[in-house]
Amino acid sequence: MNYFKQLSPEHRRSWGLVAAYLGLLIVISLADFGLNTAGQTVFRGLLLGMLVFLVASGLSLIFGLLDVLNFAQGAFLLVGAYVGYQVYEGIGLGAGLSLLAAFITAVVVGGILGTLVEAGLIRPLYKRPIFQIVLTFGLAAILMDLVERYYGPDPKQPIKPPAFLDEKFTLFAQSLSVYRLFIIFLGLAMMIGVFILLHRTRIGIIIRAGVQDSEMVQALGINVRLVFTLVFVLGSALAALGGIAIVPYQGATLEMGNQFLILAIVVVVIGGMGSYEGTAIASVVVGLTRAVAEQLSLTHFNAPVLAETSILLLMILVLLVQPSGLFGREEA
Amino acid sequence: MSAAITTAMLEVQNIHTFIGQFHILEGVTVAVPPGSITVLLGRNGAGKTTTLRSIIGLTPPREGQIVFRGQAIQGRPAHKIAQMGIGYVPENRIIFRDLTVAQNLQIAERKKGDLERKADFIFNLFPDLKRLYSLRGGNLSGGQQQMLAIARALVPDNHLLLIDEPSEGLAPVLIEQMMDAIRQLSASTTVLLVEQNFQVASQLAERYVIIEEGVSVHSGLMADLVNDTELIKTYLGVA
Repeated sequence: MNYFKQLSPEHRRSWGLVAAYLGLLIVISLADFGLNTAGQTVFRGLLLGMLVFLVASGLSLIFGLLDVLNFAQGAFLLVGAYVGYQVYEGIGLGAGLSLLAAFITAVVVGGILGTLVEAGLIRPLYKRPIFQIVLTFGLAAILMDLVERYYGPDPKQPIKPPAFLDEKFTLFAQSLSVYRLFIIFLGLAMMIGVFILLHRTRIGIIIRAGVQDSEMVQALGINVRLVFTLVFVLGSALAALGGIAIVPYQGATLEMGNQFLILAIVVVVIGGMGSYEGTAIASVVVGLTRAVAEQLSLTHFNAPVLAETSILLLMILVLLVQPSGLFGREEA
Repeated sequence: MSAAITTAMLEVQNIHTFIGQFHILEGVTVAVPPGSITVLLGRNGAGKTTTLRSIIGLTPPREGQIVFRGQAIQGRPAHKIAQMGIGYVPENRIIFRDLTVAQNLQIAERKKGDLERKADFIFNLFPDLKRLYSLRGGNLSGGQQQMLAIARALVPDNHLLLIDEPSEGLAPVLIEQMMDAIRQLSASTTVLLVEQNFQVASQLAERYVIIEEGVSVHSGLMADLVNDTELIKTYLGVA
């Protein structure tokens, strides 16, 4: 494939490391848990990886192009989850249409929120990165507070997906809802969709060029500020999509924004700040690592903290081996 | 300073530009007649690159005026200035490393079909680029990147090209190639060049402006400058 042929030696090495690491995880799982539990663990890891990807991809795109580490990305997920939940509960159109309406509303609200935040708050601070961090941090706190005031502090129960997504199937001797498969496919579809957008369209080429040097893009006659806004909107909408996608599976809680934000930051750092491909791969790596660590701690150590720590240890390890992350920007 | 050229394609009039709190340009005046190659000369750090960046709007001047084809452009956003027909080839080339040669050229299109229309002209000028078309920008050599950077500025219909240090870091044989290309393209486009290598500058340009510590101190015809060894020695440090 052309993509692999033209990779830099560092990125080829990263692909090798990722393949070896994933192979190792699978071998450990098979050896320690047996085929069925290993299969279930990998499935859980993929599911988590895809959910994290929806938040992390936006974070990575926004950081890559705008150099803004958007701490409000988790809050966008939270808003998407709660707004979607409200639409589902209030619209009364039957499970299928209600869920569709919930998804569409969450994505639209996420996009609108992103537009307002970028145009009204972030844009005046493009040359002040510290201010941006403080601003998005504060914004996240405000949005969480607003969600709590409006929807109350109690967690929301998972909503019921339509019958065809609620059916059960058996995988590795475990009965699972089709909705879980749907989340994996949704994540994969977004992964491929954004990849095609970035690699096969003019706007994608502009975004990739802007990630390297937005000033040069501007000097070519392209309104880079408009592209900044589009990317921010896309990133916010993806996070909101992640939020509503979680609700039929786990329900909604006020903590979900921060939980996924931390995972997303780890993913973006491991993948390489600003690298979309890196984020996609690191999402899978982090999802699988956490699932295997969870299973290991359950089987051997009875220490759930191991699962939490595992991804942070992985991040430290990656940064020691490759300080710019697996697929970080090459230096000029 | 020589008398101002009233029919200039570009007139930079006494601009003052700051980078952060540093006053980099303290009065630069440049006139570029249409169809010419004009070169900005001066020692390292004199303000030549900042002058080009001020013109394209990346480091806008705080004072003074920049008139391009009769319109004042200072203070406009860089993309609007570029859209008026100014191409910019920066000092360090800034090729988009993750994009292919083809994509590096496509991104410069301002109208659909620009690249298709200009392809023959560009590949005549830089035949190597045709062979490298599907290669990533990051995989090109320094000379190839320089060719691509100039080719990129040729994709849209530009009236003026700002080219910063085209010979920097190139082997002598590539410098010759580059000079040929700039000569050829100057038949259809006006060029304002920054060039540290006086040999290259003197062979390419018809007019010059010397910038010293952020101030334009001399300008005129290159033919006169090459015979003025005193001036060359004083401002350029070349014997």
